[in-house]
Amino acid sequence: MIETALTDLWYGFSVALEPHNILWCFVGVLVGNMVGVLPGMGPVATISILLPLTFGMKPVAAILMLAGVYYGAQYGGAICSILLNLPCHPPHAVTCLDGYPLTKQGKGGTALGITVIGSFIGASFGITEMIFLAPLLVSLALKFGPSEVCSLMLLGLLAGSTLARGSPLKGVAMTVLGLIIGICGADIETGTPRLTFGIMELYDGVEIVALALGLFGIAEFMKSVNQNVTFDTKYANVKMRDMWPSGADIKKSIFPWIRGTLIGSLCALIPGTGPTIASFVSYATEKKISRTPERFGMGAIEGVACPEASTHSSVQGDFIPTMSLGIPGDTVMALLLGALMIQGIVPGPQLISQHPDIFWGLIASFWIGNIMLVVLNVPMIGLWVKLLAVPYKYLYPSALFFVCIGVYGANNDMFQVGLTLVIGMFGYILLLLGFHPAPILLGFVLGPRFEENFRRAMLISRGDIWVFVDIKNHPISTLFVGLSALLIGVQIVLWLRRSKFGPRVPAVPATPSEAEV
Amino acid sequence: MIGLFRLKRDYYAGALMILLGLIAAHDGTNYQIGTLQHMGPGYFPIALGILLVFLGMLIAGTASTEDAEASALPHAEWRGWLCIIAGPAAFILLGRYGGMLPATFACVFIASLGDRQSTLKGAAILATGVTVFGVLLFHYLLKIAMPVLTWGGV
Repeated sequence: MIETALTDLWYGFSVALEPHNILWCFVGVLVGNMVGVLPGMGPVATISILLPLTFGMKPVAAILMLAGVYYGAQYGGAICSILLNLPCHPPHAVTCLDGYPLTKQGKGGTALGITVIGSFIGASFGITEMIFLAPLLVSLALKFGPSEVCSLMLLGLLAGSTLARGSPLKGVAMTVLGLIIGICGADIETGTPRLTFGIMELYDGVEIVALALGLFGIAEFMKSVNQNVTFDTKYANVKMRDMWPSGADIKKSIFPWIRGTLIGSLCALIPGTGPTIASFVSYATEKKISRTPERFGMGAIEGVACPEASTHSSVQGDFIPTMSLGIPGDTVMALLLGALMIQGIVPGPQLISQHPDIFWGLIASFWIGNIMLVVLNVPMIGLWVKLLAVPYKYLYPSALFFVCIGVYGANNDMFQVGLTLVIGMFGYILLLLGFHPAPILLGFVLGPRFEENFRRAMLISRGDIWVFVDIKNHPISTLFVGLSALLIGVQIVLWLRRSKFGPRVPAVPATPSEAEV
Repeated sequence: MIGLFRLKRDYYAGALMILLGLIAAHDGTNYQIGTLQHMGPGYFPIALGILLVFLGMLIAGTASTEDAEASALPHAEWRGWLCIIAGPAAFILLGRYGGMLPATFACVFIASLGDRQSTLKGAAILATGVTVFGVLLFHYLLKIAMPVLTWGGV
């Protein structure tokens, strides 16, 4: 098994090292690194904006670039947290707690150095995990019938909506809304136009670009305009030679790195728990097992090393269910799947065998991209910090133009720009009402496939709804349904306890901006 | 006061979901529903619509002032909101009847006026810069099908 994996990986490198692929990978990580530093622009908005540009590209290059934005942004987000105390990117919010005190003590460079090394360790482990686990999952998933696929999707949707930020009930409502929006357009079996309200342009359904840019572009701009975040760049001058951590610091960080990596890779495997939860769990663990927990929050290097390693290992691990099962764990993954679907590639367990260039090329590009990022991060930090001085008042109007031209360019259709605007306004109303619109995209991407498989499962079972929990003939499906029920049960118990004992005091600082988790 | 809004917010949130669910379910009744074994095109919209109505009721029913996520009501930012909406609206109109050049300029110019610190001059400079860059990139490099300058539409 190891041998075939290595041969495939070798093939992947030959794909990823093709000049134009490596170029797009570089563009992706560079853009990602930059927007990761910028407060008010996250990977979700950036990937949405870049999505229309990928339509003309080859599928491999498109996915390499978009994925590069995602993990590149993770490297940038840490800079923002450590040097400026800005928890603008949820996975790195917890890094502020010890990163910023270190910066104030003049050890910001060391913290960044430790972060970069930890990130690389975490990412490497996550990639290795993907190399061996994804084919294993695929061989299992290829045996799935429609009922298994359906209950797996149910589990993924429920986990994605209840474990994310905000009220779980509202999360589920958003997922259902996403499923409904996904229905819009011609029915796959009969061709009947549904939920189009007589509008001809909607017969092809809602474009993913319009939905994503409305929700994560326009709605976010409406939320962030004139909410000026003030920050202090006085500690942000880091010289390159400060970034080499001392031997003592490295020694202190080795075990936190390893623990963080393991926690992150575990979190990646549980659907719905992405890098944010991984980093919070690993920080809490590290504090708990430390002999000197009182140092945490005052500038303990372990408090930077552990969550950062776990974020990166989880970010890479996130790709496992997405690429092997076709079930995205969060918004970014849903967008990447959307990008593949636009290219005419059907996500699911058959992806690895049908498009090995995409799968193995992507994995190889992870290595290349991460090495690029380690090299990039060191000299670029000074430049990124200067970029922070670019005020939001220049950022959002330019981004708004990119939104408009991007949506238009996707189909040369002005109607879609109008649709984006309407979705954006609607998305802002949702934000005001306390909804997080991220699960909409999850439901939207999975919706059509969910319906198709559900209908097929019902056809096969002759309309017997209990086929999903038929433990004798469909044990895997039963397991997924059981886990889904468990998720709902846990939420109900938590809700009952909350209403009995009052709200829990949040242990970590709230994260402003960004509608993502 | 804010506590009251938060309570009301959940009522509005629930009501919105109920409304959307009803729309979906009502639309579904226009098509053949079919049976569980042979589902028609109307089956899923109706089922999901009813589910959304149910969730909306739950959201409104469990409304509490002690929302774990204590986000205060942002004060109305009419200037920003209007400009952000007007920017793309101008892009749509001018893009159809005037071409990429005026559309881009108007979109960026109007949108940037939404920031309270922006000035007419600053907005014009930014809009000019983005227009030059945008037309070069999207018209000449990426060849998006939109004329640079036209009159009266295509």
